[in-house]
Amino acid sequence: MAAKVFMEALSPTMEEGRLVKWHKQEGDAVKVGETLAEVETDKAVMDLIARADGVLRQVAVTDGQTVPVGSVVAVIAAPGEDVSSPVTTPAAVTSVSGKRETGNVGLATTAAPVAVSPAQVVSGADATHVKASPLAKRMAKEAGVDLKLVTGSGPGGRVVRRDLETAGRVEKGEVRSVAASAAVQRSEPLPSPVSPVAARSGGAYEDVPLTQIRKTIAKRLATSLGPIPHFFLTTEVDMERAAEARDALNRQLGDRGKVSFNDIIVKATALALTKHRACNAWFQEDHIRYWNEVHLGMAVAVEDGLITPVIRNADLKPLLEIGQEAKQLADKARSRRLQPSEYTGATFSVSNLGMFDIDQFTAVINPPEAGIIAVGSIAPKPVVWDGQVVPRRRMRITMSCDHRVIDGATGAAFLRTLKEMLENPLAMLL
Amino acid sequence: MPTLTYRDALNQALREEMQRDAYVFLMGEEVGVYQGAYKVSRGLLEEFGPTRVVDTPIAELGFAGIGVGAAMAGLRPVIEFMTWNFAVLALDQIVNSAAKLLYESGGQFPIPIVFRGPNGAALQLGAQHSQAWESWLSHIPGLKVVAPATPADAKGLLKSAIRDNNPVIVLEGEMLYNTKGEVPEGEYVVPIGRADVKRAGRDVTLICHSKTVAVALKAAEQLAEQEGVSAEVVDLRSLRPLDEAAITASVAKTNRAVVVEEGWPHCGIGAQVVDVIQREAFDHLDAPVLRVTQADVPMPYNRQLERLAKPSPDKVVAAARRVLYLD
Amino acid sequence: MTTATAHAPKDQSQAELERRMLRQMLLIRHFEEKAAEAYALGKIGGFCHLYIGQEAVAVGSLAALRDDDYVISSYREHGQALVRGISAGAVMAELFGKATGCSKGKGGSMHLFDAEKRFMGGHGIVGGHVPLGAGIGFAIKYKGGNQVCICYFGEAAVNIGAFHETLNMASVYHLPVIFCCENNRYGMGTAFERVAAVTDVAEHACSYDMAAEFVNGMDALAVYAATQRAVERARKGGHPTLLEVRTYRFMGHSMSDPLHGVYRTKDEVEEQKKRDPISQLALKLKEDGALDQAGLDALDAEVRAEVEEAVKFADASPDPDPGELTTHVVAD
Repeated sequence: MAAKVFMEALSPTMEEGRLVKWHKQEGDAVKVGETLAEVETDKAVMDLIARADGVLRQVAVTDGQTVPVGSVVAVIAAPGEDVSSPVTTPAAVTSVSGKRETGNVGLATTAAPVAVSPAQVVSGADATHVKASPLAKRMAKEAGVDLKLVTGSGPGGRVVRRDLETAGRVEKGEVRSVAASAAVQRSEPLPSPVSPVAARSGGAYEDVPLTQIRKTIAKRLATSLGPIPHFFLTTEVDMERAAEARDALNRQLGDRGKVSFNDIIVKATALALTKHRACNAWFQEDHIRYWNEVHLGMAVAVEDGLITPVIRNADLKPLLEIGQEAKQLADKARSRRLQPSEYTGATFSVSNLGMFDIDQFTAVINPPEAGIIAVGSIAPKPVVWDGQVVPRRRMRITMSCDHRVIDGATGAAFLRTLKEMLENPLAMLL
Repeated sequence: MPTLTYRDALNQALREEMQRDAYVFLMGEEVGVYQGAYKVSRGLLEEFGPTRVVDTPIAELGFAGIGVGAAMAGLRPVIEFMTWNFAVLALDQIVNSAAKLLYESGGQFPIPIVFRGPNGAALQLGAQHSQAWESWLSHIPGLKVVAPATPADAKGLLKSAIRDNNPVIVLEGEMLYNTKGEVPEGEYVVPIGRADVKRAGRDVTLICHSKTVAVALKAAEQLAEQEGVSAEVVDLRSLRPLDEAAITASVAKTNRAVVVEEGWPHCGIGAQVVDVIQREAFDHLDAPVLRVTQADVPMPYNRQLERLAKPSPDKVVAAARRVLYLD
Repeated sequence: MTTATAHAPKDQSQAELERRMLRQMLLIRHFEEKAAEAYALGKIGGFCHLYIGQEAVAVGSLAALRDDDYVISSYREHGQALVRGISAGAVMAELFGKATGCSKGKGGSMHLFDAEKRFMGGHGIVGGHVPLGAGIGFAIKYKGGNQVCICYFGEAAVNIGAFHETLNMASVYHLPVIFCCENNRYGMGTAFERVAAVTDVAEHACSYDMAAEFVNGMDALAVYAATQRAVERARKGGHPTLLEVRTYRFMGHSMSDPLHGVYRTKDEVEEQKKRDPISQLALKLKEDGALDQAGLDALDAEVRAEVEEAVKFADASPDPDPGELTTHVVAD
């Protein structure tokens, strides 16, 4: 009996997948667990694994083709089995797609941004009214699903219970708290508006289709800066002693490792957050989750976008470990090999554009987190010090706060603690 | 358990209650010598005598009022209307006397009276003999209204009605009198104000009463066979008070409802049921509540037209499919 | 059918009875006058139908009944209620809508009730209570007692369906009911002769093979005698009687109705006042030597004081608790 091979949801928010490259060809023997193809999700490139033994037949999708999650892309048949009836070519993408059901995973990793529901009301920018039955609205709300992303099969496009159930998003009757945001794409206002691949020769312009990652960034952007009431706090930190400490550490370590400014900033931020739990929080529709653990998201630029891998329990990890982990995650990010568990679950984020010589900038908050710090370059500046004008290495940090969770004084208090730690690194031991 | 007709179940209830309490008496047209226009009171005159089984002239207002006056002075009358269509003449006594005397007197005069008779359409009786009166009567505070659909419920509810210290309206049905069912012997009393799930189900709730219960059960069978849909049939049994808890619980389970009623749509009893559902089960609703009612016309004589006018299993199935989004 | 007149023997118990009747008529008169005043002051709302001029009917007829008999009336029932023994305070408080009223403030002028005194209301629909009266008679007979039920109604009710259905059945079933028609000639603003094919109400009785009498309603003793005969008929054989008691109301149909000018002349009203039942009985008592002017004045003062007390009581009484809104809708 031929087993169908589906385009699977390889990330929590995936709705369609681009088949990058088949590793097996029509007629090849396959075994359970072998990689059939590489699939680009909205986040990364993942492997599509065979779930049956047999011969790969009826390959219905070509390299580079994008199909909705749930489409049949091939069939694994028994040797010699007749599979004459062709697999129908998967239909065009619809916005509702199947989810891989792995127990509670289907819901626990639903990545609908929490802020969406109240945001719809607040922003006013989106005037479309979603038609949904009272039951469907309740189910969606409990599951943290954005109704606007669900296609309704009822009259007039009404979203009804089965639309939420067949989408695999929700089980009726299961009450769940609003899920953590699984997609931690941070968007920056910085990337140039001009397409990086715009050609000068040839036509006046070139249209480049959005890659998965760009689509996700775009979607996430729309649900962040608009709906979340941001405010910004900037402070200038004296980095002389941090620089001295780093140099001293690295001399001591020699071959055993290296500590970077970024590692120090990550560690200090994590420790400061343990003293200011009010900033280490998630906004959920009707409550705020104050985290006792600190998981820092660290923005990493990748080829055509941005991803934020997470250093878990950053407050507890030694500097060297932070450094190693940061490097590993960044490498993985750049080669598009991050697993979902590695880029979800941050309680706060850090973005560092210092290496690009940026003095200061404002970052956009990654919902459901309540804050993010944007770190600029460390550069010598003339400052008044003990009554004299002297050159000292200075760095500007700008904190973006979700005003629904963090007030001015609260954010300022956190920043002051962070600043103290950076200006006098031993303060991290307090 | 013995199987009785609905008519005989009523007869049994009357007999038992008249044996149990000497102040219970029956009054109405043809109840005595004629043995009852629909034979519900067969044998009662012989057993209890003309003081307790009283034939009246055709004077509904008059004998309904006599009943109320007798209740004021301590008796427990059962007033039979040959059909509820004629009881319109007696509405002044039912509404302005029976329903209101307790309240007007500051609680001094409870009226333990039963008004009973066949309600709604039969076959080709024409416009004046086919009306369903649930709405009119259920509207009045001070009255209780019940509508048994089965022989067992007929016995149990009539007994409860006679024992109740309030004016109770019992809506029977000419088309129900010959139906058969198991009826518990002896002391079998069905409480007023409680609905009954006649068929348990998961996918859609069909709310009905009296003659529409059979219609709904037929529709449920069809839905199961043709669509694989499991319908729950809730027999209201009481129209005032309405079992709001039972209605809400069922809709919370199935998320969708169809109300099946004999009366006309405008301000019909189903409108009240829908109000209960939207008010108490709003978050459980996956679809609007639909009603299957009599057509909004006086009942025609012609057999086909009459059939078109009445609720039917096909109409209920169609409504159920719509609330299930099956078409 | 005869026109009854009263000739009382001059003995103590009769004199006592007549004095009592006078007092009762005075009570009704002064009570109704106070009620009119209270209505004008806004203490009584809605409808208020006064019995002034008709006192002899209630007083004369109820003197012939026992405590265990039943009384039922229309909405012009203050007089019957007082004579039957409901205290002036309880009646006035009910008119004021207070919790101490005989219907707990929930009935009002048209719905006075007292189960203990077997005063079965106070009913607002013209003729609507006539079948109830027969029903009470039915219950009396059913239980095997010899009580009677007296049922008061106006002459306009004689035209309504319920009247005919009831009298027919009362006769067929031999019910111990006295149907007492208080013919005050006007159904609200309509003179009876304009709308009745037969203006002698008592004549209707032959349609039902029922006993009947015409009675001079301005003479308390005449009413008393006629009622005694009807009571006898009912107690002995369970036979109903239709009494047409001819009386007159000096006030309008209700407080919103003019005394005269629209449907009856001032002269007519003045002429009728000369037949005031209270003056007639007082005069008779004086002539019989049973009561002198001083006695009359004392009686009058005593009654006025009683009515004053009733008004004070009603004024001081509380309104019903808001929770009473939803009580007594259904019985336990």
